[in-house]
Amino acid sequence: MKFTVNGTEFEADVEADMPLLWVLRDALGITGPKYGCGIGHCGACTVHIDGVSQRSCQVAAGDVDGAITTIEGLGTPYSLHVVQAAWVAHQVAQCGYCQSGQIMQAASFLDLNPDPSEAQIDAAMSANLCRCGTYPRIRAAVKTAIAKLKEA
Amino acid sequence: MGRVKTIARRSFLVGSAAVLGGVAFGTYLYKREDENPLLAHLQQGEVAFNPYVMITAAGITLITPRADVGQGAYSIQAHLIAEELDVDLDQVQLDPGPPSGAYYNHVVAVEAMPIAATSDSMLARLGRGAADVAGKLIGLQLTGGSSTVPDMYDRLRHAGASARETLLAAAMVQTGLPRDQLGTARAAVVLPDGARLEYVDLAAAASEIAPVTAVTLRDPAEWKTLGKPHQRSDILAKSTGTQTYGIDLRMQGMLYATTRSNPARGGGLRGFDAATARGMRGVQAVLPIGDGIAVVADNTWRAFQAADAVVCDWGPPLYAGDSEAQRATLEAAFTDDRRDSRFKDQGDVEAALTGEGDISARYHIPYLAHAPLEPMSAVVKFTTTGLDIWTGTQIPRFLQANAAKLAGLELDQVQVHVMMSGGSFGRRLEDDYALQAVEIALQLPDVPIKMTWRRQEDFTHDFPRPMQIAEARGAVENGGLRAIDLSIAAASVTRSSLTRMGQPVLGPDMAIVAGAWDQPFDIPDYRVTGYRAPETVPISSWRSVGASGNGFFHESFIDEMCHAAGVDPLQERLRLCTHDVSRQVLETIGKMSDWGGPLGPGRGRGLAFVLSFGVPVAEVVEVTATEAGIKIDKVFVAADVGRVLDPVNFDAQVSGGVIWGLGHAMNCELTYRDGVPEQDNFHAYEGMRLYQTPQITVRGLENGKDIRGIGEPAVPPAAPALANAIFAATGQRLREMPFDRFVRFA
Repeated sequence: MKFTVNGTEFEADVEADMPLLWVLRDALGITGPKYGCGIGHCGACTVHIDGVSQRSCQVAAGDVDGAITTIEGLGTPYSLHVVQAAWVAHQVAQCGYCQSGQIMQAASFLDLNPDPSEAQIDAAMSANLCRCGTYPRIRAAVKTAIAKLKEA
Repeated sequence: MGRVKTIARRSFLVGSAAVLGGVAFGTYLYKREDENPLLAHLQQGEVAFNPYVMITAAGITLITPRADVGQGAYSIQAHLIAEELDVDLDQVQLDPGPPSGAYYNHVVAVEAMPIAATSDSMLARLGRGAADVAGKLIGLQLTGGSSTVPDMYDRLRHAGASARETLLAAAMVQTGLPRDQLGTARAAVVLPDGARLEYVDLAAAASEIAPVTAVTLRDPAEWKTLGKPHQRSDILAKSTGTQTYGIDLRMQGMLYATTRSNPARGGGLRGFDAATARGMRGVQAVLPIGDGIAVVADNTWRAFQAADAVVCDWGPPLYAGDSEAQRATLEAAFTDDRRDSRFKDQGDVEAALTGEGDISARYHIPYLAHAPLEPMSAVVKFTTTGLDIWTGTQIPRFLQANAAKLAGLELDQVQVHVMMSGGSFGRRLEDDYALQAVEIALQLPDVPIKMTWRRQEDFTHDFPRPMQIAEARGAVENGGLRAIDLSIAAASVTRSSLTRMGQPVLGPDMAIVAGAWDQPFDIPDYRVTGYRAPETVPISSWRSVGASGNGFFHESFIDEMCHAAGVDPLQERLRLCTHDVSRQVLETIGKMSDWGGPLGPGRGRGLAFVLSFGVPVAEVVEVTATEAGIKIDKVFVAADVGRVLDPVNFDAQVSGGVIWGLGHAMNCELTYRDGVPEQDNFHAYEGMRLYQTPQITVRGLENGKDIRGIGEPAVPPAAPALANAIFAATGQRLREMPFDRFVRFA
């Protein structure tokens, strides 16, 4: 099966019902997306498919119908995406395990809705679980990212 | 005098006879210099000044031996060294170091002793010294008990200063210049003309001289980084998906495994049929391990699928029972023969509580899972030369010893490589998961095995926070609190954990009463009694340990008493407070929260104060009773840690602790059916989500004379402050968690 991940084409010998998360992590060695719950309830595995955030643990390999972007393809330590820069500026991460998913969720959400209300931010980001309780800083970082996107 | 005798008669439960019996025989061992574990691996021209700073061909490495489970331990340890060494973190590598007695924890064992953090008596000082001795004798390399900063504050600054002065001494030899003409900055000795001698270039010369250990630590007024906002060392990696956690490790030829153990703890496996599983794609092996089976495959998901296909014949549960039976066991534990401690016994409670007009209440908290978001995992490789284990752990030396025993190897044949952890909250004070990976690797030599638990396995094989019950009686008099008699029943978390660590356990368990017996209030008749209930499931430390439940009992009851007496809960606590640092915390929370200021209809404020891990913390929660349920609007927190080393992370740990405390109180519990936890994933164990998150305002005070850690102390006041706020807003008193059994949250 062929997959385009972060602009590169990969071939992986996987069954159609293998969740994309495990294709990425174990078959392709792309470990930014995390395994947290396996039931689409925590959001740590969030990636983009054609720019739209998806729970990669709930997308079967055979159903992938677009280009995949993982946190590694959003930006790098040397060239941060505006959402990542906001996450760094606010020092959001504690254990950091959920943050790949949080950032991917925020990036996709702001792409679709660049000027959300507070209630819309809360709704969009509430599907991603953070056990450390970084929510206040996630809120603040999303707002900073919105402001930066407006400047751009 | 009575109290001294009481304590002296008892031995302290610190996991070893070392504290009382061992001080004498242990003098030699205690006084012996710590061996520097870094020396064994140095090449010619390389130097390790102490167990924390080395310069090798790879550059400068700072050793940060306390595990980072999200609390920022690596970063603060590195900054403590760097502040004195004069390096910036972009110039060095950080390494958690090997398991070694040199990294023993000086302070954590004090939590096991009946010493109030507010006490400075001779007995208290002796006890703290004994904690140090005990920690050293058993080589207690442990991350926990909010001890990293108090344990490492002087030690790491000293290590940095010693390395700096040794490098300066080498530079003095090389240049012939006196010490006062040399400076240090950005990993170099700086000469009067501005020329730089890089530390890495001085390493060979420095390795020839004895480390300078007589150093004076810098005055905090001179600090460049500590005490000021600075960037966490891992923030860039954790914002870009480039942080490698234990679960992310990959190796050449690695296979992927998962395990499935008897869902009822300790029930064992009678037999299994793996015919179907063995035929599934990618499956390499199905193996028996301790309490269940392991599947090894070429992909984690394939291992997960095959694990489900194994037909297991489980043995009967070792801890049979349902939640109702567990609760009945606790309720029956308030008996004289189960009395474990009574370290608070002031005045005459029996005389004060006559029965007439007494206030009484009963509180209950459920079992709770740790459920860090990174499921338990470990990578293990077993070869003819030994065993290598890569995993997130707070107890690397115990893991090393237990793995060696399991494998029949010598200690030095087992290497533990501590990995960044995706959370812990106490879960990684156990090594059961890593030992399972060892069991697999021993059966498949030369192949690196990455074992990952499914979330369901993680939930059902946790060692949860214990269920606890408290019975409270009290009396009010002349518009104030007169008497409190608080009795708490719980199984011993310390005994449960230490037994699994192979440590002998003696004496009372302070965790049963922590956060209740040691509060700085002078109530005329005041008694706190701990009862040790039978263990109905194996339990362990959960963020803030005993104080997480006892704070709820104590502070809810104080609030009930204040309402009964018709006094303001803040003013009454101020009146009763015996500890200046705590009083300032209470005064501060009053100002921050505009305590007593007007609130709209349907709104309420609740206050709670808990002193735990030496940190007085006061929290005020503001709620509104809405059509959709209780909305938590705001939380104010004041806490005194003596000195705030990293204000950004301080705020993060406090806010996170509040959310942890609130979220679990709102909607989390582990209930049992036939010895099996019924909640097996986050759909049944929600915690707090972002839309429910209040605005949190944090203030760190610095009046305390000792420096303290802040990973846990913000947790205990959160739940009682919420319950007290809900009472203020609605008149409904919540005495049992989770609260959503009784109220709805918006």
